[in-house]
Amino acid sequence: MPDLLIELFSEEIPARMQTRAAADLKARMTDGLVEAGLTYAGAAAFSTPRRLTLAIDGLTAASPTTREERKGPRTDAPEKAIEGFLRGAGVTRDDLEVRDEKKGQVYYATITKPGRDADVIIAEVLEGIIRNFPWPKSMRWGTGSLRWVRPLHSILCILTDDAGEASVVGLDVDGIKAGNTTEGHRFMAPGRFAVTGFDDYAAKLKKRHVVLDAAERADAIWQDATNQAFAAGLEVAEDAGLLAEVAGLVEWPVVLMGRIDETFLGLPPEVLQTSMKEHQKFFSVRNPKTGRIERFITVANRETADNGATILAGNQKVLFARLSDAKFFWENDLRVAQAGGQAWQDALANVTFHNKLGTQADRVNRIAALAREIAPVVGADPDLAEQAARWAKSDLPSEMVYEFPELQGLMGRYYADVAGLPPEVGAAAQDHYAPLGPSDAVPTAPVSIAVALADKLDILTGFWAIDEKPTGSKDPFALRRAALGVIRLVLDSNLRRKLDGILIKGIGHWQAHQGFNAIETRLRAASLLSFFHDRFKVFLRDQGIRHDVIDACIAMPGSDDLALLVKRATALSDFLKTEDGENLLQGFKRANNILTQAEQNDGVEYSFGADAKFAETQEERALFAALTEAEPQIAAAVKSEDFAAVMFALAGLRAPIDAFFDAVQVNSDNQVVRRNRLNMLGQIRKIGLAAADLTRIEG
Amino acid sequence: MTDTTAKPRSFQEIILRLQSYWAAQGCAIMQPYDMEVGAGTFHPATTLRSLGPRPWSAAYVQPSRRPTDGRYGENPNRLQHYYQYQVLIKPSPPELQALYLGSLEAIGIDMNLHDIRFVEDDWESPTLGAWGLGWEVWCDGMEVSQFTYFQQVGGHDCTPVSGELTYGLERLAMYVLGAGHVMDMPYNDPAAPIPLTYGDVFRQTEQEFSRWNFDIANTDVLLRHFEEAEAECRAILDAPETDPKTQRRIVMAHPAYDQCIKASHIFNLLDARGVISVTERQSYIGRVRALAKQCADAFVQTSAGGWAA
Repeated sequence: MPDLLIELFSEEIPARMQTRAAADLKARMTDGLVEAGLTYAGAAAFSTPRRLTLAIDGLTAASPTTREERKGPRTDAPEKAIEGFLRGAGVTRDDLEVRDEKKGQVYYATITKPGRDADVIIAEVLEGIIRNFPWPKSMRWGTGSLRWVRPLHSILCILTDDAGEASVVGLDVDGIKAGNTTEGHRFMAPGRFAVTGFDDYAAKLKKRHVVLDAAERADAIWQDATNQAFAAGLEVAEDAGLLAEVAGLVEWPVVLMGRIDETFLGLPPEVLQTSMKEHQKFFSVRNPKTGRIERFITVANRETADNGATILAGNQKVLFARLSDAKFFWENDLRVAQAGGQAWQDALANVTFHNKLGTQADRVNRIAALAREIAPVVGADPDLAEQAARWAKSDLPSEMVYEFPELQGLMGRYYADVAGLPPEVGAAAQDHYAPLGPSDAVPTAPVSIAVALADKLDILTGFWAIDEKPTGSKDPFALRRAALGVIRLVLDSNLRRKLDGILIKGIGHWQAHQGFNAIETRLRAASLLSFFHDRFKVFLRDQGIRHDVIDACIAMPGSDDLALLVKRATALSDFLKTEDGENLLQGFKRANNILTQAEQNDGVEYSFGADAKFAETQEERALFAALTEAEPQIAAAVKSEDFAAVMFALAGLRAPIDAFFDAVQVNSDNQVVRRNRLNMLGQIRKIGLAAADLTRIEG
Repeated sequence: MTDTTAKPRSFQEIILRLQSYWAAQGCAIMQPYDMEVGAGTFHPATTLRSLGPRPWSAAYVQPSRRPTDGRYGENPNRLQHYYQYQVLIKPSPPELQALYLGSLEAIGIDMNLHDIRFVEDDWESPTLGAWGLGWEVWCDGMEVSQFTYFQQVGGHDCTPVSGELTYGLERLAMYVLGAGHVMDMPYNDPAAPIPLTYGDVFRQTEQEFSRWNFDIANTDVLLRHFEEAEAECRAILDAPETDPKTQRRIVMAHPAYDQCIKASHIFNLLDARGVISVTERQSYIGRVRALAKQCADAFVQTSAGGWAA
């Protein structure tokens, strides 16, 4: 069984794409080989900045010969039909076999597909993969039309047999011929060399200063970094994302630890960390006693005769310049903060938030008013909520946030402390953007919740007022995220407040400005509410609740109370997963269908007036009794929002409804009996619809 | 010939070494374009020549102006006027990375002591309607160049693809010469009879232009000039292909492109004066891009752009 080794050698592949690309190469190659009839024992993919590598072992040497039997026309069929059959099967008339069947003599053809050698299959599959590789972004170079992530320089593709003898797979992609050679480290071991198989390849690469496995590089970096930090009594700030990225920037990692100049140690640790990570891809090294970041770790791609002294000195110099900038920003900002931040407030008045929605200062005023209004509902002090809302955007014009937008909010907290504001105000500045994603934590402090909700509701009502809603993949102001944020804030703090009023008020704020009327305000509020419902569906679907179940609940009154909605949907979803639930739903639908049909034909609504005295059968009487008992129970449970009890009461109706349909023909010749039965179905419908709009449930 | 094994001693020596290195690689050494531009890419030797099928190979220094980066000569490495070294080779040769690394050696960067890295950085110029894929090149953690394979310019696919190298000369030179502040960097040989620093040459102009850029430039006049350049660009391109005087087909891509460059620079000045709001910014960029695109459309209708009668 031969082993296959493939290496696609190119100019530097972006670090963020390497792992995925190696996985794609493996998946596509193995799928392609298997589809072509080969089997293999194992496969492993690797990546470095300059190469994607795939090793497959225990590959079959050829695909098997296959035989397929195909039935043709009868021997007395028209000549044209027989010729067509021969063409389709790719055989001659002599190859045909005649068999006696019930309907007469029938032609049979046996189609034989000879197996193909592995190298032919490999060449074909690999070429297809190279030409259609799913890079997030790809390019052309020189005069060619081939696309790769960066110019592709060479292809290594060899099959190694059990004796260790390697043969090159014949492949030529736009002039790049597959061979058995590759290159080592760009600077430490230039030049090409030949390999005979994977083990030989990996060993020779290591000798030529290339660690093939990204995980091995990451481990080595982390080991060495933590050791060096430990030896100095320090610790490395963990950052898995940075570690993976750095491992993708080097073939031969060399960890170097350097000092951060004393003058910068007073900067907030987040500022040091962000500046070092974003600009330089440095790890931060902390003093565990003080929490201060005192050193940095950089990962070079080579060893040098001076043990990295020149490299470290260069990096240190670049960092000095970077941090000088950061310190300059910080000190300028502190001056503004100490003076109460008025300069920033003034600046917000000159920053356009959106040309139809005014300045950031206008927005702050709206958020402040809304936060004040929401405060009592979430248990926050209204004055504090307003103060926090007025401060929350102060850091946007600060120099630090201009340089590092990702520090917005956090700087607001630092500057709030400097300005001597209450801690709740600083906390709200830091937390009011949250939650930013489905897994991001939701603020829990009441003032923070009030500001976070106000911030999101303002942006949503504003954009609905100017009719700029997200479309398809376009959502430049992250309105979907804002709506999901509101949903999570409302549910997490179990906020019982109808959204409708807030939305109408928020959009109504723009009525005169945008020149629409009160009816339009209501229409837009309804549209925004349905946008919330759409986000809500996505949110609940992620929690395993079906969209039709949510639709059935949204159709009920009070659907702008999200906490109520989630209670109802959860209970209904659970109920429908039970056998009672499933059967009751069928019973309900049957009742509803018969009823709808009858109402259409008769032109009347059968909604009340069922009477036990017209019942003819035992089953009718039993159902009547059950409905009479269940109706007030369900009404009471709905009122007290005990949806589990609602569903329990519904479950009790399943047996009598089933029995009724088994035994009774609704459309009796006796019109009185028929009308009474239809009215009883009307009662089923009414009771069902009190729980949720069951007509919307699918299946 | 300069001794490339010794460390260069001045800003100008680094420029001279790059010139002779790229000349030795066969590039046409061109002179700076005689208009105000924001980057070396704006030089028609890059923007326009990267279009069409005809091979091209050029290198040049381009003075570049970024009015918003003015710091009155006080910031150690921010300038409103600075120099870029630009190389453009079409089609991009397979060994372009190696050629580039050779240029670093030529200016005294010892590959055995430094850590050179190619870090993903895709290039996009919204005003030129251009983009490409490539890297920023790091030397010991410092960005010393941009390396780009042009994919599209002025909305046209680049076929063949040009390889573009851009060196920020001040920053690179400061690093090689070990200068902490750009103004302290030796401009000519420190042993020359009259040694000059970068500051001797440019400190005063940085101050003067910073003041003018930020506070004095007449925005009404600039706004008018923008409109005029835009109108002139269109008018040039609207002229009939055949010149009535010479009876020759003369498509005026370059004169039109000059107006596009002008509009682009005026936009930068207006931006520095703070009179362009965030939303207006997009619309101005869009207007310049529209001009760049029309100039590119015109250039491919010329013989340098591959047009054949």
